[in-house]
Amino acid sequence: MSGDDLDDLKAMMADATPRPDPARRAENLALAQKNFDALQGSQDAARPTSVTAPSGLWTGVKKMFDAMTTKGGLTATTALVAAGFLFVTPMGQDLWRDAPLADIGDEAKLSLGTPADTAPAQTPQERAIDQAVAEADGYLADDLERARNEATVTANEDALVPQAPMIVVETEVADAGATDRMSATGLQSEVMLSEPMVAAPVPADVIVQPALDTEEFANAAQNPLKITSEEPVSTFSIDVDTASYALVRSSLMRGQLPPADAVRVEELINYFPYAYPDPAADEAPFRPTVTVTGTPWNADTQLVHIGLQGQMPAVEDRPPLNLVFLIDTSGSMDDPTKLPLLRQSFMLMLDNLRPEDEVAIVEYAGSAGQVLAPTPASEKGMIVAALMQLGAGGSTNGQGGLEQAYATAEAMAADGEIGRVILATDGDFNVGMSDPAALTDFIADKRDTGTYLSVLGFGRGNLDDATMQALAQNGNGTAAYIDTLSEAQKVLVDQLTGALFPIAGDVKVQVEFNPAAVAEYRLIGYETRALAREDFNNDAVDAGELGAGHSVTAIYEVTPVGSPAQLSDPLRYGETTVAGDSDELGFLKLRYKEPGADISQLLETPIMASEGAANAEAQFAIAIAGFGQLLRDNPYLGDWSYADAIALANANRGEDAFGYRTEAVQLMRLAQSLSQ
Amino acid sequence: MRMTTSDEDLATAAANGDGQAFASLLDRHYDRLFAFCFRLTGARVEAEDLCQDICAALPSKLRRYERKAKVTTWLYKVAVNAAHDRRRRQATYAKATTGWGDWETARTAANAETAQSIDWLTQAMGQLNDDLRDTLALVLDDMTHAQAAEVLGVSEGTISWRVSEAKKALRALREMEDAQ
Repeated sequence: MSGDDLDDLKAMMADATPRPDPARRAENLALAQKNFDALQGSQDAARPTSVTAPSGLWTGVKKMFDAMTTKGGLTATTALVAAGFLFVTPMGQDLWRDAPLADIGDEAKLSLGTPADTAPAQTPQERAIDQAVAEADGYLADDLERARNEATVTANEDALVPQAPMIVVETEVADAGATDRMSATGLQSEVMLSEPMVAAPVPADVIVQPALDTEEFANAAQNPLKITSEEPVSTFSIDVDTASYALVRSSLMRGQLPPADAVRVEELINYFPYAYPDPAADEAPFRPTVTVTGTPWNADTQLVHIGLQGQMPAVEDRPPLNLVFLIDTSGSMDDPTKLPLLRQSFMLMLDNLRPEDEVAIVEYAGSAGQVLAPTPASEKGMIVAALMQLGAGGSTNGQGGLEQAYATAEAMAADGEIGRVILATDGDFNVGMSDPAALTDFIADKRDTGTYLSVLGFGRGNLDDATMQALAQNGNGTAAYIDTLSEAQKVLVDQLTGALFPIAGDVKVQVEFNPAAVAEYRLIGYETRALAREDFNNDAVDAGELGAGHSVTAIYEVTPVGSPAQLSDPLRYGETTVAGDSDELGFLKLRYKEPGADISQLLETPIMASEGAANAEAQFAIAIAGFGQLLRDNPYLGDWSYADAIALANANRGEDAFGYRTEAVQLMRLAQSLSQ
Repeated sequence: MRMTTSDEDLATAAANGDGQAFASLLDRHYDRLFAFCFRLTGARVEAEDLCQDICAALPSKLRRYERKAKVTTWLYKVAVNAAHDRRRRQATYAKATTGWGDWETARTAANAETAQSIDWLTQAMGQLNDDLRDTLALVLDDMTHAQAAEVLGVSEGTISWRVSEAKKALRALREMEDAQ
């Protein structure tokens, strides 16, 4: 092998090689430096936890594509997020079964198809993507089998860093960093470990952009103080949703205080089961218990605690269930905290169904399709197989899927059977019926034909909490947010009966306060559930359902007449009417409908100032109410702090068989640290 | 001080967040990197773009730099990967625009010929397949076969074989041209 040819070639090459264009050289160097600096900055920012990593990557990519379609150029840091994400994708597709991310893919192609003159502006991004694919491909070829046998999330982590030895090092670094920060902020590592979805420390070379939230929350301004002489009547619908608590938990677990609008105090309170006295067998399906107690955050006011306990009908006698799982399989569901968690959740639930119950599965993504025809729950293998076949891909058309799901449910329901659609989504209802009002009208119509709707939310970043709420409220169902498998267990196993068997419909609460005893009052929470005074007696107005064995709690803070805590001056010319003796703080009225009935029943009871002392159950509810208000920055709490809430909750944990209350205390501690 | 610091020390410092070290390192290697990109791509504009790709991604890549490799070897590895990605994307682009793309390709080729801006060398390089071209691009940079093997992630024997294949192809090309 002579070197001559090669030497000739080398000389020629040296002659042919141009000098780099000085302008481009400077430009490229500047770009590199900019990216370098950007990368340094992100080292100081809070590193996303294991919980956020997948969704962080997702939102980063979403952001990238958003930016790509609007302005050609991007910061390359965003591209790196894309790189990190696309490392995951081919892997994820294989691991989580089929489903190329069609929507992302299309957009990628679009960007590739842009005319050549805009290409230079996009090159770093495109290159990063392609590189990600290339490296992931290479990795796949070698290690797919091994990766398949590993836990999904771990496999992703491997895929992110092609060279195995480096994984170890970087993982440790990431972990150590996380631990440092945790201890620095006083977090408890056990809080993190209690999450079942651990794993996937973020590889140090992938920058996760601060999540671009497209989340929408349903909430209204906090209930203001009402002056009894001006507005003595307070009316609201009960709320048995728990989504807000799970959202708050998910935010706190990833080291952020939740957005104030994400906190619906009544949902925080009603997340917990309370052991209020059960109704007697021949009474109304639920029993109100009223206690009046001192306010922990204000020595001069009192709290009126109203607890409704629903009866637990004999579970053995329940009619067969007809469930239609309506599952969002849009591309955005391809995330460990979404579709895979959804599968696991539904599988947990299957074990609790009876052989005579029937299950059908409808998926929606662009076009709706029935994945599983109505199948008896005894055929568990078939149902599981259908669940496993679900793959994420395509855009979302919630409405087409809804129509098919309702049609299926109606076909399934025989007389006396309960039909329910369980909608599982990460919150996208973008295509098709984009008008939320039209969508809720559709669901309300269907509710009247006897098919109810429950909504399960999965994943963060894209969650349309507002639409979820609207759909569930109009569908006579509950909205729950599933962030962990243990939450799935609570919603779909422990409280399945309550979630699926309403014992009372359209439950409305109305309290008339006695101006002679109460100067001012304030309802804690229930902002989104307020009803007009005249709606109370109007049976056409929809309200919340009470499930079997569920309890609902409402708390008023009242300022007695003459208390130094009164914020408004009494009117000089106002009339004071005294109804009965002034020991009566107010009058509680409840309306409900028996399931299937059109005419409501009325329950009435006076609220006495000497009403029984608050037990641990009520005190815990009050601690949670205080916690929720702290998260919303409520001005009426004064100096009352998280420490006080923790002390109060700790003292009233009660039996806590499922550990929910213990978890709540941990969340309070987390919030306390984060708020400092 | 900086001038005498080794590439590897600079790279380690840069990986730990030293912005000056990063700037010095890149400044020191940019021209050589550009020349390498030119050999990989065979066109100045392409080489500039490829450099831009590499520069954009380099800061994050640097975090994975380990001292066990020479900076140049490591840098070339990054460049080769970037070039692969570019080719892959261009293949996708060509596929996505079939029809229109064919016409465009033909038109560009005609332009190129009339402009006579491409000399024999780049044409020759263009006729080699990607593997051979990558290998030559490295070997022509005074890289040993062992180093080239490390960059491309293949065995040294493969490099030697590729070099002789490339030589064969170039010789054949030259003979064909001479015959004309």
